[in-house]
Amino acid sequence: MGAITAAGLPALLPAAGLMHDPGAAGRFGEYGGRYVPEALIPACAEVEEAFREAWADAGFRRDLDRLLTVYAGRPTPVTPAWNLSTELGVSVLLKREDLAHTGSHKINNVLGQALLARRMGRTRLLAETGAGQHGVATATAAALLGLRATVFMGGKDMARQALNVHRMRLLGAEVVEVTSGSRTLKDATSEAMRHWVTCADEAYYCLGSVMGPHPYPWMVREFQRVIGDEARAQCAAELPAAIPDYVVACVGGGSNAAGTFAGFAGTPAKLIGVEAAGGAAISGGKVAVLHGHRSYAIQDEHGQILEAESVAAGLDYPGIGPEHAHLHDLGRARYVTVTDGEVIDAVRRLARSEGILPALESAHAVAWVLRAARDGELPPGATVLITLSGRGDKDTNTLMEIP
Amino acid sequence: MTTTTVRGVAVGPHLRERRDAGRGLLVPYVTGGISADWTDHLRAYADAGADAIEIGLPFSDPMIDGPTVQEASERALHRGATVRGILADLREVSLPVPLIVMTYYHLVAREGHARFCAALAEAGVRGLIVPDLPLEELGELEQAAAAAEVDLVLVAAPSGSPSRLREVAARSRGFVYAMTAMVTTGERAELPASAGEFAARLKPHGDLPVLLGFGISTPEHAVAGARAADGVVVASALMRRLLDGATPEELGAQVRALRDALDATSG
Ligand SMILES: Cc1ncc(COP(=O)(O)O)c(C=O)c1O
Repeated sequence: MGAITAAGLPALLPAAGLMHDPGAAGRFGEYGGRYVPEALIPACAEVEEAFREAWADAGFRRDLDRLLTVYAGRPTPVTPAWNLSTELGVSVLLKREDLAHTGSHKINNVLGQALLARRMGRTRLLAETGAGQHGVATATAAALLGLRATVFMGGKDMARQALNVHRMRLLGAEVVEVTSGSRTLKDATSEAMRHWVTCADEAYYCLGSVMGPHPYPWMVREFQRVIGDEARAQCAAELPAAIPDYVVACVGGGSNAAGTFAGFAGTPAKLIGVEAAGGAAISGGKVAVLHGHRSYAIQDEHGQILEAESVAAGLDYPGIGPEHAHLHDLGRARYVTVTDGEVIDAVRRLARSEGILPALESAHAVAWVLRAARDGELPPGATVLITLSGRGDKDTNTLMEIP
Repeated sequence: MTTTTVRGVAVGPHLRERRDAGRGLLVPYVTGGISADWTDHLRAYADAGADAIEIGLPFSDPMIDGPTVQEASERALHRGATVRGILADLREVSLPVPLIVMTYYHLVAREGHARFCAALAEAGVRGLIVPDLPLEELGELEQAAAAAEVDLVLVAAPSGSPSRLREVAARSRGFVYAMTAMVTTGERAELPASAGEFAARLKPHGDLPVLLGFGISTPEHAVAGARAADGVVVASALMRRLLDGATPEELGAQVRALRDALDATSG
């Protein structure tokens, strides 16, 4: 447990240096940076300048808040998982990003970036997508704001997330199949960046997670911090101790986790990021420069980046956002892994116990809590906030194929 | 500082001398380790009149490369190509023209800047291009390369501001690599007129040769490129043929055709 003040309330740890503005160089400790070709430097610099200006502009904040409220359905509730809590002997709260418009947290970031793109005079959004949730959110915001959208998606993911491919097309987006390499999120990201080189003057690259060159890891975290800020206030109303003992989120690139952690980095809550065992950048990887930033990634003994392997397309990624690498090095957050089998069990368990069908990605966070409660790592009576990053409708095909 | 041996032909003086003699510079590319006999391509290129040779150290995620170089990189990695293996192969050859390695920053950083550059110099490689390392992140590698007597060649992009292009030209060594357009590598039907204008904007910034690359596919492109700049780099047009089965002799003939076209119009 964290420090307890005389009044019995958890003291806030100094937030200084944690989840802050990473400065002009975009550094989180030794991680982050802007490792892109010279060709893309002006585009990155322009996005940074525009974001700094917009984020300091009350008018921009007001427009975004209004969209988040009347369009995306924020604030999303925190739901006590009553039945599961009783079964596990710990108090589980669910931050319900699955209830946000389009079915995941991705909309928070996309509305922010799409408003920024429009403010910058861009007419088209580019995006990469794994599970298709970021692609759907991008297609949605583009439709709303009168922009065009081009979404790059690996061929393997187009097959297993076919529902989201159809949704994107219905929303008017162009979906480009990526056939190189792993045919998943890694290669979709590479291809989106290549395409960006050819059209940076007209198109805005709407990156889907806390990765890529500066300012994206920081900007996406700021657009997602609404999850953590809301949850912090909701926990204060829901929990006698105001702050949960554990805050748990799944990590692909790490945007729902970063947004959640941002609300709790200055509290005594233990922060847990859950990666897929087959794409465990921190548990199984080494320092790498990939997709525009320095962080961790899984790689072979010669430094070639390995392909991830996860049942959850959104976590099927060999790297992780740079700020997570920093939080890991500092010991402020812990990164753990769960297997595909545990994830499938967690989907079924949450569906049966609470009537909530989580996305395979989100079920990673649930799976770790199930294991930690069983192992006794979570002491009886502990309070746990899980960010449920998205809903599982998109995964019903995958789940139907698993006996 | 360096106790290692430095082999190979230095890039800058060699290219400058040839440029000053009125020659249109020609730098063909090959992906290292793409076949068992891949170093035969180097000999064929040199015999066919290459002024320097660019060698790609394949990386799993080549972010500025189009389909052809991606495919070439994948094939080389499939064959088990590694940085060490490619440099070991290079230690076995001796060529009368400079060798320049092109690779991505991850493969450099994981080895350590100084160790990586020293290993290049020992293998006879005297130039290095790292396309995903912009000016802001250059510092350490710039020093390590200079200490190892390896020319760190910088890429100038048409999107760069005048002050940025001035700095790229000032900090580049060996030559300035000018992108023909805002594109990834890959064959193209046309060389845009803006490529020549871009080269003309870069040349007054210094005395380094300026070479146009990205999409130079035909002798006509090479001639137009060398007229506006000081020469050209040719990659995908050669690698496409190599992937389709061309032998070192056949690729040598393709380089010879480029050379002849350049020679017919220069001087
Ligand atoms: C529901 C859901 N959760 C999580 C993720 C992973 O992204 P991140 O780690 O950026 O939150 C995705 C990505 O597609 C997703 O769709």
